[in-house]
Amino acid sequence: MKEFILIFRHENATGKVSPEQMQAWMKQQMDWVGGIAAQNKFVGGTGLLFDGAKVVDHQKMVTNGPFGDIKETIGGYVIVKAENAEEAAEFAKGTPILQGEGNTVEVREIAKH
Amino acid sequence: MQSQDLIPHLFRTEYSKLVAVLSKFFGLDHIEVAEDIVSETFLAAMETWPYQGIPDLPTAWLYRVAKNKTLNHLKKHQHFNKKISDGFKKSNTWIEELVVDLSEQNIRDSQLQMLFAICHPSISTESQISLALRVLCGFGIDEIADAFLTNKETINKRLFRAKEKLRTEKIQLILPSDEEIKNRMEAVLKTIYLLFNEGYYSERSETLIRKELCLEAMRLNFLLLENPLTNQHLTNALMALMCFQASRLEARVGGSGEIVLYQDQDASLWNNELISRGNYYLTKAAAWPVISVYFLEASIAYWHTIQEDSGEKWENILHLYNQLLAIAYSPIAALNRTYALAKVRGKETAIQEAEKLGLSNNHFYHMLLAELYRDQNPAKVKSHLQKALELCKTDSEKKLIEKKLSKV
Repeated sequence: MKEFILIFRHENATGKVSPEQMQAWMKQQMDWVGGIAAQNKFVGGTGLLFDGAKVVDHQKMVTNGPFGDIKETIGGYVIVKAENAEEAAEFAKGTPILQGEGNTVEVREIAKH
Repeated sequence: MQSQDLIPHLFRTEYSKLVAVLSKFFGLDHIEVAEDIVSETFLAAMETWPYQGIPDLPTAWLYRVAKNKTLNHLKKHQHFNKKISDGFKKSNTWIEELVVDLSEQNIRDSQLQMLFAICHPSISTESQISLALRVLCGFGIDEIADAFLTNKETINKRLFRAKEKLRTEKIQLILPSDEEIKNRMEAVLKTIYLLFNEGYYSERSETLIRKELCLEAMRLNFLLLENPLTNQHLTNALMALMCFQASRLEARVGGSGEIVLYQDQDASLWNNELISRGNYYLTKAAAWPVISVYFLEASIAYWHTIQEDSGEKWENILHLYNQLLAIAYSPIAALNRTYALAKVRGKETAIQEAEKLGLSNNHFYHMLLAELYRDQNPAKVKSHLQKALELCKTDSEKKLIEKKLSKV
C-alpha cells in the first residue's frame, strides 16, 4: 500500500476562531482521523501553528507570515495509507476543513526510497 | 485458618519470596537449587505442623527452616568451594556469617529483580508467563497447565527452555541500569498484562483460577509501583486498566460459563473497591504529561464503570478510541470505536463506517453489525449472527451467539 499526504490549504486563514468553533472543529477532525485509523490506514499527522510563523523569500528576507501577499496557507497535514490517489482523495472528502469555503486538500503520494 | 488452608495460602505468598531471595543468594543460574530448597521447606512444614501444632509465626518458621536448609546445602555441595574462595577461607565460622537476607527490603528487591530477569527479551513470551507464574506467583505445574488449557509436559518444556535461557544469556538478578529499566519496562508490563488477560479472557469457566491469575498480575504490577525507579506513568496506567477490568470479572461470566457482554451485565456485581482503586491509579498516571496506550485504554475502561448511558460518556469513549487508534491500531479497538460511534452519531453512520473496516473475517465484526441492525432488520441480524457463529473459536462465544440467535 502507498502513502499519501493530505495537505490542508486554508484560504484567508487568520488562526482566529471562537473557542466553540475550535472545539466543534477539533471533534469533527478527530472523528475523521479516528475513522481512517479504524481502517488501519492512518499513518500520522499534525496541525501547524500560526504563532511566530515566518516566510523567507529568495532574497533571504524574513517576514512574519504567512499572511499578507500570500492568500493560501497550510494549516496541517495527515498521512494515510491507500491503494491509489483516488482512495486517498475519498478520505480527504471527510475532513471538516472542506466546510470552509475556498479551503482545499491537496493529495500527494509520498516518494519512497 | 485451618492448616489445610494455611499451607496453600503461605505457599502463594511466601514461595515466590523465598525463591527470589535464594536465587539471588545462589545466583540465577542455580534457580533450581533455590526452588528445591523452598519446596523442601514447605514439605517440612507439612510434615511437622500437623503433629507439633502450627507455629505462632508460620512465616518466620518457614524463613528459619529455609535458611537452615540453605546452609546445609552449602555445606554439602560445591558452592562451598566457590563461596570459600570468596574470602571466607581463613574463618572457621564463615558459614554462620553467611546471611540469607530475608528482610522485607531484600525480598521486595529480589522479586522485582526476578521480574526483570524473567521478562528478558531473549525468553519467549509464553515461557515468560509460565516462569512468572511458577517462580513469582507460586503456581504449581498442574495449575499452570490448567490455566493454559495444556498439559504438564508442555509447561515443563517451557520452563526448562526459559531456565536454560537464563543460564546461556547469563542473566543476573540485578536491577538493570536506569536507562535499561526504561527500555525494559514495556516488556515487563506487557508480560504482566498478558498474564492478566490469560485470566480475564480465559476459556475456563471456573472463576477461581481466572481471578487468581488476574490478582497475581496486579500483585506483580504493585511490586513495580513500590519502587520509585519503576513507579512510572505506564505502571500506574496499566494498574488502573487492570483494576477497572477486574472490577467486572464477576459480572462478565454467566451461570453456564458464557460471556456476558458489557451492556447486558448486572452492574450490582461490579466491584466498587476495585473501581475506586482504578480511579486512584488513573489520576496518578495522569500526572505524567504523556499519552500511552495503557492510559487511553484505562480511560476508556473508566468511562465504562459509569453506568448511566449519557451522551457525555459515549462522546468521551469515542474520542478516546479515536486517539487510541491513531497511535495503536487493533481490530478490536476499531470495532469498539464503531460501537461508540453508533451511540454518538446513530446506527446508520456506524453501519456505514463499519463496512469500511475490512474486518469481515472477524466474528466480533459480525456480532457488532448484528447489534447495529437490531430492531431494524431482523434478517440482517440473523445472517450476521450466523456468520459470527461460523467464525468464532471458543465455546463460551458460541454459547453467547446461540443465545442471541434464539432471540431473533
